[in-house]
Amino acid sequence: MMILAQQLLLGVLIGGLYGLAAAGLSLVFGVMRVLDVAHGELIMLGGYGTFWLVTLLGVDPFLALGLVIPGALALGVALYWGLFAFVVRADEATRVKNSLLIGFGLALALHALAVRLWTADERSVPTPYGGAVFTVAGLSIPAVRLLSLVLAFALILSLQLLLTRWRWGKAIRATAEDWQAALLTGIDVRRAYLLAFALGTALAGAAGTLVTIGYAVSPSIGLEWTLKALIVVVLAGLGSMPGTFVGGLVLGVAEAASAAAFGGPYREVVGLVIFVVVLVVRPRGLFGR
Amino acid sequence: MAGRPVATPLLALHGVEAAHGDVRAVSDVSLSVAAGEMVALLGPNGAGKSTLLACAAGLLRPRAGTIRFDGEDIAGVSAHRIVDLGLALVPEGRRLFGGMTVDENLELGAFAPRARAGAAAALERVFALFPVLAERRRQPVGTLSGGQQQMVAVGRALMTNPRLLMLDEPSLGIAPRLVTAIFEAVVAINRAGVGILLVEQNVHAALSLAHRGYVLENGRIVGEGSGAGLLGDPHVRRAYLGPLAVRE
Repeated sequence: MMILAQQLLLGVLIGGLYGLAAAGLSLVFGVMRVLDVAHGELIMLGGYGTFWLVTLLGVDPFLALGLVIPGALALGVALYWGLFAFVVRADEATRVKNSLLIGFGLALALHALAVRLWTADERSVPTPYGGAVFTVAGLSIPAVRLLSLVLAFALILSLQLLLTRWRWGKAIRATAEDWQAALLTGIDVRRAYLLAFALGTALAGAAGTLVTIGYAVSPSIGLEWTLKALIVVVLAGLGSMPGTFVGGLVLGVAEAASAAAFGGPYREVVGLVIFVVVLVVRPRGLFGR
Repeated sequence: MAGRPVATPLLALHGVEAAHGDVRAVSDVSLSVAAGEMVALLGPNGAGKSTLLACAAGLLRPRAGTIRFDGEDIAGVSAHRIVDLGLALVPEGRRLFGGMTVDENLELGAFAPRARAGAAAALERVFALFPVLAERRRQPVGTLSGGQQQMVAVGRALMTNPRLLMLDEPSLGIAPRLVTAIFEAVVAINRAGVGILLVEQNVHAALSLAHRGYVLENGRIVGEGSGAGLLGDPHVRRAYLGPLAVRE
């Protein structure tokens, strides 16, 4: 019983990162109708950025977020102008198809770049407080992962505030709902696309930092994280960032529960089962409109 | 209606041809609206009325022809820029941001730089025109009645501070009592000096209110005249006002 509770707790802790990884993908897909399958590779880049900041410059891993996020924002702007600005010119029917091609190409290129720069080995970053563990009611909670969960939640909340309070945040939501109506109110929807993509990339970068701190990074984690994020987006539905965070927690717990019930290899299966079941039973997701 | 304003046209379409994909929707259409004028655009479903409005609003690029607003050629200019120039469209079916409140929808109407400067005054005008919206500011627009949603749609377009307002079927699917309120609001907006281009299935109401009208059939202008003149036109009466109207 205690072991199960411990496993579920670890599921919650990684679930927060699933939610954060999914938030960026959800934002980009919801606003641009573009599926960025290189999202996981952007997370991977965020992880390596953190690795460099910590090992080369001696930055505290969590404070590295303060540099990774603006860096990822800038990368997002560059990727938008370089690649995705051309995709959104197409009508909506061909957008997803074109974005898949560009996304896969980008994913392959970033993977090769990462192997070149950092080798195929798994990397993790040492934290001065790395081994600290809280014990609550017999459950051990790794301090670093708990802080990661809190930060993931804070980032989602900040995004939610941006989308509901900031002028351009509202423009992004309006564009997601009806881009033609958004144009008619005087919103430059291309600018809204750019901002959404840059914010999505920044969230991916932040997720990469937290993944590398709590777990590890290697050039090949991209596909796995794209998949997790996609499952959470389908599970939670579009349009609610807090809902996406909850979706991440649900996936984390479901994985832990199935690993406990059927053994470790089944951890990966449950996400795909959720994916299919949600698409059949409730295609708009748990919190989607 | 007396006192028709005569001036160089604020909006002038000349020889406009437009298509959806390979289907030609309008060809060689010329029409104009003067500053402060109210013009009705009539015609059966599929005649190309919405297509013309979409071209003027910048949502659809015409294949040929020119569209001038205040002398500037706006064919091919991005829609959000056209809004900022002062040409606004209330699209068919309202197209509100359904997940947002009345306040948020209206606020987004004043997104462009020029509109943003006058947003507070524009909001007061909208609430003076539609007092019921002032009581529903925090309500999600999805929970409003069809007529109230149309008020938000007109209000959102007014928030852009337009010099010319195009309305596409504003009375469609709305309770009759609220249709009157919408028409009264359109007249009030026009009296305040805003030009109106009105596409309307309620032909009698549209022609009674408008200074001039155009009849569009199969993508071409087949008639034009003063509101009263078109109301008395045998073809218009037969085609749009029903067989009984002809015998009157």
